[in-house]
Amino acid sequence: MSIPLPAMSNMLRDASGGFSWRGALRGLMTGVGYPAIGILVLLAVWWLGGWLIASNPATESFADFAPGPAFARLADLLGNGQVLEPVASSLYRIGLGLLWAVVVGVPVGVAIGLNAALREISHVPFQFLRMISPLAWMPIAVLAFATWDSAIVFLVTVAAVWPVLFSTAQGVRRIDPMWFKVAKNLGAGGGHMLRRIILPAIGQDIFAGIRLAVGVAWIVLVPAEYLGVTSGLGYAINDARDTLEYDTLAAMVVVIGVIGFVLDGICVQLIKRFSWHQQD
Amino acid sequence: MSVHLSIDYITHTFKGQPVPTLEDIELKIGSGEQIALIGRSGCGKSTLLHMLAGLLMPSQGCVRMRGRQVTKPSAKWNMMFQKPSLYPWMSVRQNASLGLDFAGQKDPERVERLLNMVGLADKADTNVQSLSGGQHQRVALARSLATSPELLLLDEPFSALDAFTRAALQDEVSTIAREQGLTLVMVTHDIEEAVAMADRVLIMAANPGRIVGEMTVNLGAPRDRASPDFSRQREALMRQFETLVGGGHEPPPKGNGSTESNSPQRQAA
Repeated sequence: MSIPLPAMSNMLRDASGGFSWRGALRGLMTGVGYPAIGILVLLAVWWLGGWLIASNPATESFADFAPGPAFARLADLLGNGQVLEPVASSLYRIGLGLLWAVVVGVPVGVAIGLNAALREISHVPFQFLRMISPLAWMPIAVLAFATWDSAIVFLVTVAAVWPVLFSTAQGVRRIDPMWFKVAKNLGAGGGHMLRRIILPAIGQDIFAGIRLAVGVAWIVLVPAEYLGVTSGLGYAINDARDTLEYDTLAAMVVVIGVIGFVLDGICVQLIKRFSWHQQD
Repeated sequence: MSVHLSIDYITHTFKGQPVPTLEDIELKIGSGEQIALIGRSGCGKSTLLHMLAGLLMPSQGCVRMRGRQVTKPSAKWNMMFQKPSLYPWMSVRQNASLGLDFAGQKDPERVERLLNMVGLADKADTNVQSLSGGQHQRVALARSLATSPELLLLDEPFSALDAFTRAALQDEVSTIAREQGLTLVMVTHDIEEAVAMADRVLIMAANPGRIVGEMTVNLGAPRDRASPDFSRQREALMRQFETLVGGGHEPPPKGNGSTESNSPQRQAA
């Protein structure tokens, strides 16, 4: 393989530390270009799927799934503000469910991270409970909670608590034992140990757990909203299916994806914010 | 000289060990004295230091600080470890103030003065992760002194540093201790370190761990390592050590010599 001359000269200039088109191009590609390619591929696959559906007489009544009608509908929903109600309801349930997951998962995670006996005792029950699909709790949730809303929050919590709990416990177990010893030597009591040493040490682990939790909670939320409630994105999708508004359905799927992406981005920022590992 | 610290017939056996790690240790240390405990790995010197710090309770006997039994760590004494173990999410100043924070006190001027003394005043707000090994131990020193302890315990805190930084920090700590009238108890397997810092050196042997000899270092302060007097004291200590503990080769180092300083903690946990 021969290297074209201009590229060669750029490589030489790269080495000498001067400006390089190649370097600038690489920067632009990793920042903007590659994600754009990813989005275009996704849209192309979607469009292709829509075209296949539309061109088959057996499925052509579902043609509104395609990107064109979906984005037109999405623009409508954004314009008239109809998208706000389901988004707000879903975010409220997700938020409350995650809050409960943190309230339960972090203290329990810290406890089993610190105490080997507790870890042994909880191992089988926790692994057992964790493997039960959150949706399998649905009948129990419906019986146990007075409102559909709180039943859904419970299902989100059940899904979200495990990643938070296990990530917290992992973080605690990775703490340098010397940090405890030095703190004790400096006169730290239990409260100091928790607030000044343990929690700052595992901040990033907690948020890494929350990031995973957001993922599973968001997945559980939509099917949970198929039941009982008359608000939220899951309900909106189910409702659109029942009324054959496939463009609305596809638009809601886009909304779900975008919100999930944004929530994940927020988590990534929080992990960075609470990470004490020095960046180069 | 009043007695600061008395070790009353300590014997300690770790679970599952046939021979006591320490046997019948009896020692009185005066206020402002600088003591070095030297011995091979496994002689229990680090275990003894952990007991002085209140981080480990002996199976028999007790440690008394100004007549009162030591049962837990206190702001009146502080231990410096082989690893400085600073908290990486904190700045230099936050690390140095930690003991004061735990005691519910605030004394920014004192922390400032200490950081000045250890030469890190200009780095007070820097994250400790960007400091060198020697600077880490300097922060640890400031942290240890922040609560105004009367006694400083040193568990080979300089052993991981390069020779020049090590010598500089030994002199610094020694000078600070003399100026502030601190009692100093250090554990080391470095004969030069013992001669450079201590007034009195106690030689320990293993199986069971016990004090087998004692030497007074007749040198003023500051100490000139290049002086003939220093060399003579160093040789005398070396010879005494070899006579009492046995010469020959050091046992192979295990994990940078940290095996011993880790064991009490593992056992205590």
